[in-house]
Amino acid sequence: MNPKYHLEQAYKEGTISRREFLQRSALIGATVAVPGAMMAGAAKAEMKRGGVLRLGMGGGSTTDTIDPGTHTDSVGITIERSMRSYLTEVSPSGELIGEVAASWESKPGATDWTFELRNDIEFHDGQKLTANDVIYSINHHIREGSTSAVAGQMGKISEMKADGDHVLHITLSEGNADFPWLISDYHVSIFPENGGWETGVGSGPFSLVNYEPGVRAELKRNDNYFKEGRPYFDGLEVTVIADAAARDNALKTGQVDATNRVSQRTALLLDKAPGVSVHKVVGTKHYTVPMLTNIPPFDNVKVRQALRLAVDREALLKTVLGGHGEIGNDLPIGRRQEFYNTELPQREYDPDQAAFLLKEAGMSGLSVELSAADTAFDGAIDAAVLYAEHAKAAGINVNVIRESNDGYWSNVWQQKPWVMCYWSGRPTQDWMWTIAYEVGGAWNDNNWNNESFQSLLKQARVEVDPAKRKDMYWEMQRLHWEEGGTVVPLFAADLMGVSNKIQLPEVIGSDWELDGQRCSERWSFA
Amino acid sequence: MGLTRLIVNRFLFGLITLLAITLLISLALEALPGDFAEQRLGQSATPETIAAIREQLGLNKPVLVRYAEWLGNFLQGDMGISLSNSRPVAELLATRLGNTLFLAVASAIVAVPLALFLGIVAALYRESLLDKMISTITLAAISLPEFFIGYMLVALLAVNWQLFPAISSISDSMSLGEKIYASLLPIATLTFVIVAHMMRMTRAAIINLLQSPFIEMATLKGLKRSRIIVRHALPNALSPIINVIVLNLAYLVVGVVVVEVVFIYPGLGLLMIDSVTSRDLPIVQACILIFGATYITLNMLADILAIICNPRMRHPR
Amino acid sequence: MRRFWNSFKRAGLPAHIGIVIILIYLIAAVFAPWLAPYGESEVVDPVPWASPSESGTLLGLDQLGRDLYTRVLYGARNTIALALGITCLAFFMGMVAGFFAATVGRWVDHLLSRCVDIIMAFPTLFFALIALSIFGTSIPVMVFVIATLDATRVYRISRALAMDINVMEYVEVARLRGEGLWWIMRREILPNTLTPLLAEFGLRFCFVFLFISSLSFLGIGIQPPAADWGAMVRENGVAITYGIFTPLVPAAAIAVLTIAVNLVVDWFLRKTAGLREEY
Repeated sequence: MNPKYHLEQAYKEGTISRREFLQRSALIGATVAVPGAMMAGAAKAEMKRGGVLRLGMGGGSTTDTIDPGTHTDSVGITIERSMRSYLTEVSPSGELIGEVAASWESKPGATDWTFELRNDIEFHDGQKLTANDVIYSINHHIREGSTSAVAGQMGKISEMKADGDHVLHITLSEGNADFPWLISDYHVSIFPENGGWETGVGSGPFSLVNYEPGVRAELKRNDNYFKEGRPYFDGLEVTVIADAAARDNALKTGQVDATNRVSQRTALLLDKAPGVSVHKVVGTKHYTVPMLTNIPPFDNVKVRQALRLAVDREALLKTVLGGHGEIGNDLPIGRRQEFYNTELPQREYDPDQAAFLLKEAGMSGLSVELSAADTAFDGAIDAAVLYAEHAKAAGINVNVIRESNDGYWSNVWQQKPWVMCYWSGRPTQDWMWTIAYEVGGAWNDNNWNNESFQSLLKQARVEVDPAKRKDMYWEMQRLHWEEGGTVVPLFAADLMGVSNKIQLPEVIGSDWELDGQRCSERWSFA
Repeated sequence: MGLTRLIVNRFLFGLITLLAITLLISLALEALPGDFAEQRLGQSATPETIAAIREQLGLNKPVLVRYAEWLGNFLQGDMGISLSNSRPVAELLATRLGNTLFLAVASAIVAVPLALFLGIVAALYRESLLDKMISTITLAAISLPEFFIGYMLVALLAVNWQLFPAISSISDSMSLGEKIYASLLPIATLTFVIVAHMMRMTRAAIINLLQSPFIEMATLKGLKRSRIIVRHALPNALSPIINVIVLNLAYLVVGVVVVEVVFIYPGLGLLMIDSVTSRDLPIVQACILIFGATYITLNMLADILAIICNPRMRHPR
Repeated sequence: MRRFWNSFKRAGLPAHIGIVIILIYLIAAVFAPWLAPYGESEVVDPVPWASPSESGTLLGLDQLGRDLYTRVLYGARNTIALALGITCLAFFMGMVAGFFAATVGRWVDHLLSRCVDIIMAFPTLFFALIALSIFGTSIPVMVFVIATLDATRVYRISRALAMDINVMEYVEVARLRGEGLWWIMRREILPNTLTPLLAEFGLRFCFVFLFISSLSFLGIGIQPPAADWGAMVRENGVAITYGIFTPLVPAAAIAVLTIAVNLVVDWFLRKTAGLREEY
């Protein structure tokens, strides 16, 4: 039990006021190590069969498809995770467990992987799932001319070979000890070679009955699902509700049983509504302010350090996130992730030190531009304005440039020297550092080229000994904390609204929303 | 100018206008930052995948070439397929258009008679307390944003008293009764929005006519006021009233996207917003065609009705 | 001036109320920085929608914990200035084009009218949404885009009105006298079409608030942290479903101003109705 939990209980029971709650929770705020699931349901979960789970979700569009390579947002992922299965799965408590794969191993160097598949899995149409289906499915992302969003990430696969129906060999062009994590990505689902992804056939807990992209989806229980007893629901109905207020209303009036993306501003109010509670999960989602470190003045390490000192993270947490999250320590790694460097001190707001560093660098009265749009994250413009206000105290003049929402990711991010950005985060250190911090990576948004950091990243990737990996990752985090070009001021909580009719499991997954987008198979009616 | 010639004329100009707006929307979408491939991939874009998507969907061709191809296909009755999910645009549109028309017709059935009634009553008891109340309330209703009225109705009727559903996610599998029940709140919201405008015009047009000589004559003859208004004034005040009614009908089809967002009503407006955001040009083209055609047709209708109602206008000086 | 004062005295209670309200609004707009207890975007206490008693402020706090009273005052400033700017520009463009089309006639009239038809055939919200996405949502762009949309409506009305005036004998006389186009538009047509156009001005002025608030509902509008009533209604609208009535304040501010403007417009219409036989 932690004090924050007590506070939230007290607030729910009405013994303290909203104002008091917010002030007191700000006091204990991020200094408390909060477990993955904050307000998880009953201590002992007993799952019951039956009923249809109705979700009201933001993050869907009429342009959604069932092509697994195209998903970018919550609705598409939830449907994908409900109708198809994956080789591996991140468990609610954050470990990697097998789903279609029963076990896996690699030779030293982590280039040659062997996966043993379960032999009792059938697709919705009755076909047996074999290693050939897996190869066919992964090929969808890496074949020539692939339009998949993970084409680059999966591109390191150089060869795939089936050995009988249930053994699969995968060879990588570059070793990667975290490869089994990579294929738990929500894009890399498995569909039958005979039929392809177009039919919507998979081996997931539900099968698709009716799908109107951007409006609703209807799925029915897969009675032949390979996980014993699951899913608990008879069916799943997803209604796409873009407007946060409308989601709240649908939940309050009982038209849906659960919603994602509860607005931080209404979270406490919604939680007080009868028959409904709001659950909060802090995972790997973080907001960043990356600088292009090859462009002056950001090529000067003292400038980078000064800018990191010039923001009051607590104030950002309070105003931008309404307190629903944690402050960041300039690392893109969640506090509860494996190999997190716990010895680095939390960087505090210190305008005097920032001013001093700038003076040393001969850059007093520095003036920089910070580009922002709310596409980066909800409240990014507010955050930029606050940043500018805080930096004033250090004698830094931050000009906030309001960019257009459309095309932000193609025309501003990675293009303008200092911008607002968000990352949903990745379950492993290697994955996160590789996509956004490795030199030459497609999504590198800081161009920070520190030789020891880059070589450690490559060494750690192929290292299979956990103790050695820990040392390497700690050193990398120290380097990034001291010299890196990305400010990581905040980790944002995911807030979901759940009807009290729903029985939640003891631990709720923190990768993405709604219990790792797997609520349809992990939850049940109470 | 004869009525037929006018219709033919307007029809031709309507076609030219439609051609122009589809061309303009193509150019506008091209001018927006980010194309379909970039919007689809968002933050996860890489140069290779963007190139692959462009190649696969033929987005590398110049915009005018693509427009010409689209136009050619359209003239043969083929509206193309959606860039995002390869579904035929015609099929995607059919349901949405049906929903939009359902909401428009249902709202018009409530709002138009109500507006006429209130307008006539206000004109009948001109300058009375009743008239002032109607006027003030309708003015206040006009001055509230649609989504605000929507939120208020939801707060009261859906959340507080639990009378109606808060979201109107209607589907084809619902019966007409279920559809109407689910759509009651959006219908009420739209009624609030458009009644004021139509009511004010009805009142003004009738009052305007009450000052003309033939009404004074009728008054002198000792006819009852209500009879004068309904039998003499109203028919002659029809053309401005029809005009404002038709404009509001066009609004019901074309301009209700905000209400669709509030009530999650799966209409054309939401489809168009999503498609503009993702730069799915074939869908945007089809939507803009429907919106443009609705506006042009209804306007033409208003003009023709005005002429029929008022033969003097057929022979201008 | 004295004549105006006299007619004002006889205007009747509604017009007086209207004018008083408008004056109050103008005072609030001009003196906002002196009247407001806090800064425009100052966070008083980061408690969303704290009630007046909870926060010790006059009207409570908004969604970010800023003082609502302060925001409404500053909102008056931004909103009225913006709406006035947009409406004036719209009328300038619409009237000049409309009068021009009506007086010159022939192909100029045709060309302008067709262009206006094309713009009007676009759903207004989408037109604004797309245009603002292309050119960015800075204030000048926003003023110009919304003014263009409004100008099409103004064009229609002013062209129709000018058509009627254009065939009058006194215009013919002026033309024979050799007066220029601009002179005729300014000295003959403008004064004779002013009344109905003024009525339209009042309505259009109010619609601008609504339009801005719809735009901000769809994610494009005045950029935060600047206060604007339309955007404020949008940002706080959610609270209504929780029985918090903070969003009513900016909504009421818009509604009251709309009613006041229309009361004055009604008076204007009645005052000038005697001057001409129709309208």
